[in-house]
Formats: sequence, structure tokens, C-alpha cells
Amino acid sequence: MTSTALDLNKNTAALSEAIAGRSLWEDARARLFRNKAAVGSMIVLGILVLIAIIGPILWPYDLTDISTRRQAPPSLEPFHPLGTDLQGRDLALRTMWGLRVSLMVGLIATLVSLVIGVTWGAIAGFAGGRTDQIMMRIVDVIYALPFIFFVILLVVAFGRNIFLIFLAIGAVEWLTMARIVRGQTLALKGKEFIEAARASGVSQANIIRRHILPNVIGPVAVYVTLTIPTVILLESFLGFIGLGVNEPLASLGTLIGIGKDNMRDHPHELLAPAIVMIVTLLCLNFIGDGLRDALDPKDR
Amino acid sequence: MSGLARAFRRIPWAYVARRLLVAIPTLLVIITIAFFLMRLAPGSPFSVEGRTSDKAIAALEAQYGLDRPMHEQYFSYLSGVLQGDFGPSLKTKDKTVSEMIGEGLPISMTLGFSAMLLAMILGSAIGIFAGLRQNTAGDYASMGFAMIGISIPTFVTGPILALIVGIWLGWLPSAGLTERVTAMGVERVMTIEAMILPVITLALPYIAIISRLMRASMIETLRSNHIRTARAKGLSERTVILRHALPQAMLPLVSFIGPATAGVVTGSLVIERVFTLPGIGSYFVQGALDRDFTLVMGVVILFATLIILLNLLADIIYAMLDPKVRYE
Repeated sequence: MTSTALDLNKNTAALSEAIAGRSLWEDARARLFRNKAAVGSMIVLGILVLIAIIGPILWPYDLTDISTRRQAPPSLEPFHPLGTDLQGRDLALRTMWGLRVSLMVGLIATLVSLVIGVTWGAIAGFAGGRTDQIMMRIVDVIYALPFIFFVILLVVAFGRNIFLIFLAIGAVEWLTMARIVRGQTLALKGKEFIEAARASGVSQANIIRRHILPNVIGPVAVYVTLTIPTVILLESFLGFIGLGVNEPLASLGTLIGIGKDNMRDHPHELLAPAIVMIVTLLCLNFIGDGLRDALDPKDR
Repeated sequence: MSGLARAFRRIPWAYVARRLLVAIPTLLVIITIAFFLMRLAPGSPFSVEGRTSDKAIAALEAQYGLDRPMHEQYFSYLSGVLQGDFGPSLKTKDKTVSEMIGEGLPISMTLGFSAMLLAMILGSAIGIFAGLRQNTAGDYASMGFAMIGISIPTFVTGPILALIVGIWLGWLPSAGLTERVTAMGVERVMTIEAMILPVITLALPYIAIISRLMRASMIETLRSNHIRTARAKGLSERTVILRHALPQAMLPLVSFIGPATAGVVTGSLVIERVFTLPGIGSYFVQGALDRDFTLVMGVVILFATLIILLNLLADIIYAMLDPKVRYE
């Protein structure tokens, strides 16, 4: 009798160990690394990020350096592997800087939208009732606005400062995040472990921080990886129509816009930034898709 | 016929009325924000770099009433809009905003509706095909194409298409409207050749999104109970798919019309710049850069109204098609 009880104890202990050994995140990681497209994309994106960070430092020119050879086709002697632009600036350096700006915008604006969206959604979902209704109605109203026009007007009104562009984009991209977090919070709120926490006297702020947020991370992580390319696109779109960051900085969108104007005689000015943009976006999307499949196997 | 009548009776009139009522404050908010952003923006519509003196600018601003207190300007603009008067363009001499929109709208509309139509037809065809052949080579190829279509923005595909098809191959014009010499001089007209590349470029991402939506919806529908029943009854696979699966699988497509319209409107900003088409999207961008605020406001109001109405239309169609949907 005692021995069976002991066995049972041992079994449950072994069982709980086995369960602990394969947490949601480890499962997800294993699934993610089985996804060839996602792994390949991570490697390529990693290389691109390295180039964006280190490339401009090692490059023999500066952003303000001007060559007498204007709109030269790609050549190694003199060293302009992607040619030069209308002002005689090295296009490879411009493209690396463009990638750097685009990736930076992607990260920072996504972070801004993440902070606003998660806070807003968690509060609305957790508070419930009237507060929730008012907060989500505000989101609905903003959602209905043709926000791209407002981003353009914001940039026109406040100038083309790079940090304002981060803020403007982050400020319009948080809506979906808020909806996702609110939905998750509402669903979690009814669960027993939250009730248990409340019964044992945990404060509201701590319940949100310790119990709700960790459980919301999955869907949020997926949405974040999908927001980064959206944000990069939005900024590049602004750059393309001539409202991007100030010269001599340029994002990939600005470069594509300039390249488009000169493509008839100098197609390399369009193709270089366009190809970098395509590769970056495809990588980000494959990683996002991979992460979604990994974290939400039901969705397959 | 009775089916249509029944569908018609399902239109939630009270809901439609309430949505239209909500649209009014929404539009007002949009007008207000856009107005103050535009008026607070530094720079004046009348300053041409280094050519116009401060005095001349002040005189022109007084002429258009831009020197009055901001709230006065706001209310006089608002009352003008209520009477259907969007004011004169500040940058283009001797033209009202309504006239300019009248010139640009046909181009933008043709572009938008052709792209939407193309995306709906091609997108659902690809999606249905992929959904019926789940996990085959054809499915993977279609979804690979969709991934590319979703990932790559129109401002990349547009110039590249223009470069390859327009400039290198020379099959289609790479930019602009077609010029035609008439007795009155050179006239620019919309021709099919000139619109093919812009329409394809604008449609590409929507073909991709719609084909994904349709594939997922088709797969889900084929697994549902009523399809199993239809098969159990011994209906032919053709009837099962065309009569029973398709109508249900098309539903998510309807709810996508709203967001898609908004996207197409935004897309026209890019497409008109890529292919130098004089539509209202290009007016908006140029107007914002020139601080031509009456023009910008006119375009914003037009686009906002369009987006709100088409979203509502999509919801109405959805309610007509799907008896399960209930609006309070």
C-alpha cells in the first residue's frame, strides 16, 4: 500500500518534471527551428543587421563624401561596388545607412506601439465595464480614421525629424496591439488562477504584471514580429513620397524613390535599395509566420 | 427572387442609421484634426523659395483670409464645407478644390475599382484553387506567390515593373497618361495601355491577401458539417463545391472589402507617384508639401467619407448574406 503510494508520488514527480522539461517556450523554439524558411530568414536577417551596423563604420567613405563621378555604374576601381548617385555619393554606403535607418525605425516605432498598445489593452481588458467600453470605443474611432493621412500631416506639421517619425508611426500602430491584449486579458480574467490570486490578496497592479502580462506574451510576440515590417513599410512609404528622414540620412524608401526617378538611365540606383528592401521584408515575414506557427500550433 | 427579398429584409436598418449617425462626429473629428495640423504646419502656400517677399505673402494670406484668428478660419471653413464649398486651391491659381478633385477623381476611381475587381477575381480564383488542392505543389506555389505579394510593397513592385515591362521590354508605357494630339493641342487621356501596369501593381498585394483568405476559408468550409452532409447525400463533388462550399467560403471576402478599400485609397498615393498619374492621391501629397491646405482638406474629407461608406456597405452585404450575423 505504502509502496504503491510512493510509486504514485514518484510517478507524479516524474510526470511534472517531464512537463516542466517541455515548457510552452521550449516547444515553440523547437518548432521554430524545424521551420527551414524561418531559420534561413533569421540567418539572412542576422547578416543584414550586421552589415547595417558595422558596414558604415568600416566603409572607406562618409555619408557626406562626394565623388566627382556622378551616377557612375557599379565599379571596383574606383571602389563603388553599387555605383554613385546624382550627387556623387557612394550608393553602397547610402544603402547600408538606409537599411540601418529602416531597421531602427522598425524596432523603435514597434516598441512605442508595443508600450502604448499593451498598457491600453491590459487596462481596458482588466478593468472591464464602462472603462473598457470607453477605452475600446476610442480605439474604434481612431481605427476608422484614414491614419495614413494623419501620419503624412503629422510629418508635415512637425517636420521630418527622425524621432518624430518614430513617434508618429508608433502612435498609429498600437491599435491592433491594444485589441489583441484586451481580448487575451478578458479571456484570462475569468480563469481560476487569477481568481486564486485575487482571493489571496494580490494587488490589481501585481495581478496584471505577474499573471496577466506573462500569459499575453505569446500572441503579442507574434504580432510584434508582424508589426516590424509594417512599420518599416510605413516609414519607407513616407520616404518614397518625399517625406522621410532628413538628408544626408535616407531610409530604403527614400532611396527607392530617388532611384525610381533615375531608373531610365541608371537602373542600379533603383535596384540596389529595392533588392535589400525585398530581402529584408521577406525575411521578417517568414520569421513572423514561423513564430506564429510555433506559438500557436492550432493555426497550422 | 424570394431569397433576395429575404436577404433584403435582413438589412439591419436601425444599425445602419446608427452607423451613419456615428459617421458625422467621426468626420468632424477628422476635419478638425486635419485642419489644425495643416494650419499649424510651418511654411506658407504662397512662398516660392526665395522669390516671394514677406509683404507679398502677407497680402496674399490676407486676400484668402488666412490672417484671421484660427477659430474664425475654422468655423468659416466648416460652414463652407457644409454648403458643399471646399474653397479655392491656394497653389493652383483660378481653380477651386472641387474642380481639381473633379479632374483627378476619374483617374483615381478607375485605378481603384479596376484594381479591386482584378484582386477579387484573381485572388479568389487562386485561393479556391489552392484550398481545393491543399498541400500540393500548386498550393505551395500559390502561397509562395502570395507571401511575395504581401511582403513586397507597391512602391517596390511598381518601379520594378515599370523598369522591366515599360523600359527594358518596352511593351507598355512606364509612366503618365497617353498623350494625344488634337486640334486643341496635346491632350492627356487615360488609355488602357497606360493603366495596365498601375492597376496590376495596385492589385498585387490584394490578390495575395485575398487568395490567402480564400484558401483558409475554403479549407475550413470543406471540413464543416453541411459539406459532409452534402457529400453523404451523394451529390457530385462539383455541386458540393459550387453550390454548397463556395457561397459560405466567400463570406470572409465580403468583410475584407472595407479594409481593402482603405488600403486601395492609400495605395493610390504611391501608385500615382510611381506612374506619374494626376489623380487625387498625387494632389494630396503635393498639396501637403505645398501647404495647399484647402486642397489637402478636400481630399481628406473625400477619402474619409469614401472609407466610412464602403465599410458600412461591406457590413450591410455581410448581414444580407449571413443569417447568423446579428447587429444590436
